[in-house]
This record gives sequence, C-alpha cells and structure tokens, in this order.
Amino acid sequence: MSDFAKLRDELKNKLTKAQNSKEVDVIRTEIFGKNGLINLEFKKLGSLSPEDKKKVASEINSAKQELTKLFNNKVTKLIDDEIDQRIKKEKDDVTLPEKDFEIGKIHPVSQVIDEISSIFSEIGFSVEEGPDVETEYYNFTALNTPENHPAKDMHDTFYIEENMKTLLRTHTSPVQVRTMLKGKPPFKIIAPGRTYRSDSDQTHTPMFHQLEGLHIDKNITMGHLKGCLNYFIKEFFEVNKIKMRFRPSHFPFTEPSAEVDIGYKIENNKIVIGEGDKWLEILGCGMVHPNVLKNSKVDPNKFQGFAFGIGIDRLAMLKYGINDLRSFFECDYRWLNYYGFDPLDVPTNYRGLSK
Amino acid sequence: MKFTKDWLKDHLKTNKTEAQIIEKLNNIGLEVEKVESEKNELGDFIIAKIIKAEKHPNADRLKLCHVDIGQKKLVKVVCGGPNAKDNLLTIYAPPGSIIPKNNMKLEVSKIRGEISYGMLCSESELNLSNESEGIIELDQNYKTKIGKRYFKSNSDNVIELSITPNRPDCLGIRGIARDLSASGFGKLIDNKISKIKKTGKQTLKVTIEKGKTQACTIFGSCIIKNIKNQESPDWLKKRILSLGLRPISAVVDVTNYIMYDLNRPLHAYDLDKINQGIIVRNSKKGEKFKALDNKEYNLDGGMCVISDHQEVLGLGGIIGGIKSGTELNTKNILLESAYFDPEITRKTAKKLELNSDAKFRFERGIDPNSIKMGLEKASEMIIKICGGEISKLDIQSTKKIEIKKILFDPIIVSKTIGIKIKNNEIIKILRDLGFKITKKSKSLSVEIPSWRPDIHDQIDLVEEVIRIKGFDKIQSVEPEKKRLKPTLDFFQRHFHLAQRSVASKGYLEAITWSFTDEKINNNFRENIPEVKIINPISSDLNVLRSSLYPNLIFFLKKNIDRGFENQSIFEIGPVFTGKKPGQQITVICGIKKEHFLDIYDIKKDVVKTLVELGIGKNETTIVIKTPNYYHPGRSGSIVTKTDQKLLAYFGEINPKIINKTFGFEIFLENLVNYKSQNKKDKPTITFSDYQKSDRDFAFVVQKDLKAQDLIEIISKVDSSLIKKVKIFDVYQGGNIPSDKKSIALKVTIQSDFKTLNEKDLNEISQKIISNVEEKASAKLRS
Repeated sequence: MSDFAKLRDELKNKLTKAQNSKEVDVIRTEIFGKNGLINLEFKKLGSLSPEDKKKVASEINSAKQELTKLFNNKVTKLIDDEIDQRIKKEKDDVTLPEKDFEIGKIHPVSQVIDEISSIFSEIGFSVEEGPDVETEYYNFTALNTPENHPAKDMHDTFYIEENMKTLLRTHTSPVQVRTMLKGKPPFKIIAPGRTYRSDSDQTHTPMFHQLEGLHIDKNITMGHLKGCLNYFIKEFFEVNKIKMRFRPSHFPFTEPSAEVDIGYKIENNKIVIGEGDKWLEILGCGMVHPNVLKNSKVDPNKFQGFAFGIGIDRLAMLKYGINDLRSFFECDYRWLNYYGFDPLDVPTNYRGLSK
Repeated sequence: MKFTKDWLKDHLKTNKTEAQIIEKLNNIGLEVEKVESEKNELGDFIIAKIIKAEKHPNADRLKLCHVDIGQKKLVKVVCGGPNAKDNLLTIYAPPGSIIPKNNMKLEVSKIRGEISYGMLCSESELNLSNESEGIIELDQNYKTKIGKRYFKSNSDNVIELSITPNRPDCLGIRGIARDLSASGFGKLIDNKISKIKKTGKQTLKVTIEKGKTQACTIFGSCIIKNIKNQESPDWLKKRILSLGLRPISAVVDVTNYIMYDLNRPLHAYDLDKINQGIIVRNSKKGEKFKALDNKEYNLDGGMCVISDHQEVLGLGGIIGGIKSGTELNTKNILLESAYFDPEITRKTAKKLELNSDAKFRFERGIDPNSIKMGLEKASEMIIKICGGEISKLDIQSTKKIEIKKILFDPIIVSKTIGIKIKNNEIIKILRDLGFKITKKSKSLSVEIPSWRPDIHDQIDLVEEVIRIKGFDKIQSVEPEKKRLKPTLDFFQRHFHLAQRSVASKGYLEAITWSFTDEKINNNFRENIPEVKIINPISSDLNVLRSSLYPNLIFFLKKNIDRGFENQSIFEIGPVFTGKKPGQQITVICGIKKEHFLDIYDIKKDVVKTLVELGIGKNETTIVIKTPNYYHPGRSGSIVTKTDQKLLAYFGEINPKIINKTFGFEIFLENLVNYKSQNKKDKPTITFSDYQKSDRDFAFVVQKDLKAQDLIEIISKVDSSLIKKVKIFDVYQGGNIPSDKKSIALKVTIQSDFKTLNEKDLNEISQKIISNVEEKASAKLRS
C-alpha cells in the first residue's frame, strides 16, 4: 500500500469517527486544504512520467471523490444530529391561544343585496341607483299617484320641506322613472336602496330596504314577469322548486298589479320555503302603467314591460332566520357578529351564493 | 271591510263553502286579511242549573248558589237575582268572559266574604232585553244542554278584507257579491224595488250653492215622520256587531247597515232641529262645528258643509254634527243620500285630521247612481222597525252624472298577459262585472259602470279580465340568460370593494338610520347646511345626517354599555349635503376603540383600504388639516398629489365628543372621480437583479418637521437609485435639544443596470446627507 493510500485510509477513518463539526473542520483542511492531502499529492504529479502521471492522477481523483462523498455525508449527518439535539429542547405549549385577530363582518342586508345582484346579473339585469331625497313628482306624481289620492295613505311619508314637495323616498320606484328618462329602451335594471316611511312598531322601521326591478322592451308580458320572479325566488332561497301565487292587487304605477305569495311550512320551529300550505306575501309587481311610461318619455304603444318591488330586509329575515326587523338597525355588537357575513364570502354566480 | 257569509247571501245565490269563497276572493284581488269567529266572547256563556241556592251568610239580598255547569264539580256563585232558586235553569258566565252590557271582564272575586266563581246573568246583562230584575229563566227544554253554549256557535265567521284603494265598490257587500258572481261563484240577486208607499212631498227646502270648489253635486233626501226610534232588533244588532260597530238606535244602525250593504253612506238628521232648510255650501273661515265625535272643529274657508239657516249641521261626506243628531226620542227625521267629490272631501278631512267610515268611502269614490236606492232601502227598513210615513224623494243636483266609455281593442289582453283569451270570454267577464258592451268592428265600446271610478283606460280592462280569469292561467316564460351591460358600473364596483375591504380589516358593518339627532349632528356638520325632517318619527331623529359619525358613535356607546370595550364598526352609506335630490355623497366611515390604540393603527387601516381600492401610496399626500370633530394634533387628511382631491380623513375623534376613539372617513365619489380621471395602464415591469444595499442615517431635525417631507427630500435625490426610504425610529429627549428630534431611517439603494460599488454608494450617501442638511436644515447625527 502506498503512502497516499495509507494516509487516505487514515483520514477516512478519522472522518468516520469525528464527533462534531469542529473536528470535521480540521479534517476538511487536512484533506482539501491548501496543504491538504489532495493538493500535496497533485503537486507531486509534475515529477512523474506521462504514463505514471495518468495512473496516479486517476488514483488521486477517485480518492478525492470518495473522500468528498464521505465528507458530505458526515456533514449532513452532523447537522441533522445538531438539529435533533435542538428540537429535543424546543417544546412549546401549542394549546396556548393564537395571537389575537379580528374578523370583520358584512351586514346581512348588504350580503343579501349582493346575492340578489348576482342572481339578476345572470339574466342580464344591471344595477341602478337613485337619491334618497326625492321630489313629490318622482315619488308619486310620475308614478301615476296623483295628489290627494287615497293610495298615498299606504305610504306614511317623511317630508323635508313644509310645502311637501321634497321628501324621503317611500319606495325605490322613482328609480324606474329616473332610469327611463336618462336612457333609451330596452331597460333591464334592478335598484336596491334605502326607503323611508314614518312607521315604527314590531314589524316596521322608519327606514328599510327595497329592491326595484324593471324590464321594458317590446313584447314583455306578464308571462316574463312570472318567469323572472320564479327564477329569482328559486335561486335566492337555493331550492329546486317553489310554490308561488300571484294575487291581483293595486299599485297606481302598475296595471295589472299583483302581490306574490310563496308557500311555506314551519318545521322544527324553522321556516321551510317552497313547501307546505301556508302563504307568505313577499313582493308586489305588475305591468308598468302606460302613464308611467309616458311620464318617462317611453312610448307605451311601442314598449311595455314589468316592474316589481321587494322588501330586502324581509328576504334576509326569511333566508337567514332573523326574527326581529328592528334588530337590523340596532348595531348590537353581538348581533352584527352573529348574523354578519365573512367579507371573503362574496356571493357570485360561479361559486354559489352562500358558503 | 268586514262581512259574513250569511249577509253575503242577501246578494249572492251560491252553494260555495266559506273556504272556497275565501280562496276565490284572494284570487280575484279582494285580499282576505282575517277570518274571525263572530263575537266569540258570546261563546263563553253556558247553560247551567242551580242545584242549591242558599242564603249568603253575610248579606240578606244575596244568595250563594251551587251551580252545575256540566263539569264534575259544582261551582259556587254569589247571585243577587231574587228569582235564583233550586233547580232553576239559567245562563252562567265564567270568569274571564266579557259581559256584553258593560264590556266588563269577569274575575273571580270575593263578595261579602264569599268567593264567587263567575256570574249568573240577566237578560239585560247579555243585551237580550232590558229585563234586569232577575236572572234568566230557561225552560225545561234546556235540561239536556247543561254545560253547552247558550249562543249558537254555528254562526258565521266574520271575514275581513283588505280592500285596495281602487275598489270602493267592494266597500259594500253587494260589490263583493258582484265580483264573486262574475268569477262563477253564484248568481247576483237583483235589488228589490221598494213597494212602500210614499206620501206627500219632501217639504224641507234643499239648496246646493254652486261653485267650482263645491264638493257636493247631488243631494238626495226624504223625510220620515212619526217614527218611534228604538233599539234595533236582534238580527240587525248582530250584523252591526259583526262589522265591529256598536249598535246605537234603529235609525243610526240602518244608515250604517246600508253603508256596508250597498257602499252607500247616508246621514239621518233630527228634522225638528233643522232651522228652516238645508243649504249645502262652502264654509267660511273661522266657522265652528261640533261633530258627532264630540270634538269642536275650526273650519277653514272652502270646506263643504251641510248647514241650516243658522249654523253648520255636518261636514259633507265626512261627519254629522251633534246639534241635529238623532236620539232615541227623535220623532221626525231627514235622511240624506248625497255625492261628494273624492278629492275635495279628502283634502278637508286631511286638514281637520278627521277620519270616518263615510270619508273613507267618499274619498275613494261613491256610486252617484246609488242615491235613490240607498234612500229607499233605508227608509223601508226604518219604517218596518220604527213605523212612520215616508215622503217622496227629493233629489237636488248641479251636475249630470257622466257616462264613461272606453274603446277597447281586446288584442291588448293577450299582448299584455302573454296568453290568448277569446273575445267572447272577455266580453262575458266584463258584462258580469257590470260593464255594458257594444261591438264596434274589431273593437269593443265599453261603458263603465258608475260604481267603478277606478277604470280609465284599456289597461284597466285588461286587469279586470285577467283578475277574474285567474293569474294562475298566465304561463311563465323562462328568463333569458343574456347580459348586454355589466351588472355594476365603475362606482358600484368600488362601493362593493370598499365595503368588503374595510370589513376584512376586522370591522363589523353596521346599517344605521339616514337621520339622526340634530344636537349630535351639529358636532359633525361643519359648513354643510342642516336638512330637517318636517315630521320626524321622534325628536331625536329629526335631521338627515351630515356625517356617519353621529349614529356610529351613538351605537358604539350603547355597545360599551353592553360590556364591549373593544370595538371596530363601520358603515358605508349616504351623507346629506343639502335638501335637494342628489345632494348626497357616499362615505365609508369606520370607528375603532381599543386599549393601546394609536393614530398609526387607524392610518394603516385607511391607507391599506385606499391601496386596495387602487390608490397607490405614492399618489397621495397627507395634509394636516381636518374638521373640528377630529383631535387637531392627531388627525390628517389624505389628498391626491395631482389635484388635491380629498380622499379621506383619519385620526382620533375630538375628545370633547368621545374619549379615546379613532376613526376614518373615505369619500367614495372623490376617489372614483380621481380614478376615472387618472386611469393608468399598468406599465410592464423590469426587476433589477443587481445587488441591493441599505444605508442607515439618523438626522437631527426641527421638532415640527414632517416625516413625509423628509422622505420626499430623500426620494428626490435620485429617484432611479433610491428605491425605498423607511423610517424606523423617531427620538426626542436625551442629548437632543428640546426643539429638535432625531429621525432614523433606512434607505434602500439599487441600480437597474449594474452592481453599485463602494464608491457609488458613498457618493449617493453624501448626496442624501447634503440634500437633507440643506433642505430640511437638519444635521446628520454623529
């Protein structure tokens, strides 16, 4: 055995036995350092014959490879051992509470507005808005409700001016007129928003939310109205079938007018929509009155269509089992937390309405 | 509007059940609101037998009766009736029942030391007669019925309809019958023509003063003499009670009866109290009138009054007066049946804040052709009950009754509802509802019945047809899934995003009233004009809000009272800047109350929200100017650099308003306007892979130097090399002079083209130092 081989085996042995990174470091210099085994051996090559040179060089190289491999393994092992040692000492009580975080919430009314917008978006409606303060003209007159008409008694109006010409809108229907006046038919819009009536008791609040719907085109009939509402109610309550009843009613701005009831039953103290033999009134609708079209500069001989108005708060109550309308506006921290929605829970067509 | 099936059958021959009728009424637009069993308190009265009647131990005139009421145990009842005796069959009222005579609710009570469970009744107590001397004595036929109800419970239910304002005709039972008949629910029975003899002329002169604003256009009347006014017979009382009215006297009950039967309001005057004659005129300002509701009204000018030669007797179509009212001893009456204009009647009643059944009907429109029928039917009923002689009818009128006709193209029906209905069916439905129809080539000439003031256009006839045909016949058309326009516009998308962006920072969304308390609002109003509500729901909700803070702070405090010390809530919604439509802006306002909170927490929330809404941090600058409701030293505004548009306020709320609470307001319209005017394409980005170096500096600067300005100075030294300036420490005190502070910051330097060497870095560092020292009169801290 050559001196080189002897030294190599000696170092191999040393490396195998090394206990810590300090020892390994020393051995590393002995092997790979400037004056380490490998370098010294290479230096000797110059004095050899070409044939020997080749042979010895290959010997050194294979020794270098062997030692490198051994060295790397040793280093990896030592690092692993050291980490193992450390890990053994590191022990935290993971049952201690996480750091504080706060989850914000979206109000059920906002969530339901987004759900509704998402549903109507699918069938081509876009969202319009109108001012909360309205004129008598847009709120009543243009909607075919003349002054001194008993139909006005259905609305307890808040007035902003003594002469009763400015008021807080009592419904979202003025958006119909405003939308039609600023554009050209066809119109296919929904308009959610705040509405106001001077009424406050168990089931009424002076402010509430309505959703107006309007679809005006050539040849839009009550059949389309029925289909549209049927689609909406089914999608909104996320049920496959729905029991729906159209009852004739009266609104000055639609003719014929209807109120829509949906069938429900109470099961285990919870309301089940779409089944059962009880009826619940949920919205008013009808064919837009020709006078309203005229007031909106739309020719009733060429265009016709339907409109509807839904109480948003009531829909939210029904869908999410909220009993008291007044609680919507009382800002009780517990209520907001409990009934509110995660802001990441955005209702969409492709993902679905609710989580 | 209330009615019973029994009464309905006076007008409608039908074999339908009550349940069928209720369903049909709903389907034809006469919404059934409630079905109540008629006067169900009468069901409490039970046939009973006195087993033993003993003398009351402590009272001579009272007896202690042991009564069999059909239950296992006898009940003890103290009774004052002298005729109470063993084995008497009588009527027992249990505790909880309501005695019809005085509407008193019976309770278990101690009478002279003896407990009495209920009461034995006299006829007068049950309103059966005036007999009050003793308790009722039933004959032996009732022996087998002990424990059963005395009043038959198979009496009709009272059906209550919610009649829409367009259907005055259905405020009378005949109108309801007509609708039911038209929808195939039986035959409408013809009104009987009165066969009662009328003797003599109506001798009281009636004059209608003509004028444009005269509400009364027809005044019909007749005189009935020598009546004996009295209580109504039971059948009539029962019907009056079923309407929820109180029986008064035959004359008054009959007028009420006709009002509900035919929707024909009438008024009866005591003829002997009318001075000379009737003048229908407009009131003079200041005239006084005492109405049957016992209130005195001060009349304006121009209200329609019925007067005699002395004073006002009644408000036309609204209410009669005390002076000429009938009483039980009234001998001679004048019966009025008139037509009053809906609009003028409504105006008058509204001004006087007066409501009555008559007004409710006249303001909706009464059939002007029902005047005669009303007088005849009522007077016939009155003389049947009270006797007397009727005069001929006197009808004064100033205007001919118009006959309205519509040219109706039946094609509109299918065009509107989407299904075809045959012309013959259309004609039949309309005829059954009382429309008179003549065919005119393809169209129909339709004459509107005088009881339908709501029918004006062809579209109204469409509604009549489909209402009777049934809305369930309309075929649903599936909606098309096609979108021509984006659902949300640019602004709405930002609204939606802002709402969820703020919520994602731990804020709970609240929705509060658009109105608030004037006093609180004034703290936040600044220069915005106040918008008052004329008729607020309560005095502390009397103005439209000028800021979202007043309500949020109000509810924040309430939640603190509920025990929540740490809160973050926000609202997004309208704030009002004036009282015209459209004078409102959209604000997102958040408030936060927590221990160890400082201005930089709230600033982080607002800046991060702006960044999420697409406003880069480098596009805005902070201005130290905020409204007075913020703490002046701990608040700022965020404005755009290019055009100084106000995007947001943030800061501590002025401690005078609320202690240790932080908040922000983002002005959404400003933000969206800025964004749409500064639309930027995202440039392609190149990332520099050359070595990045950090250099730390500490400068001693004037105490009032704004950090923002220091950063600005440094950034501008070489914007191609200085990638980031980050302040990591601000220090005052120690060896720093009291009018100075030390700001320590880290500057990140990187070239896009090469690795900077030590020399380059020193050069730029020197430039930074000299720039800062010169422009901010600062000194590098050594």
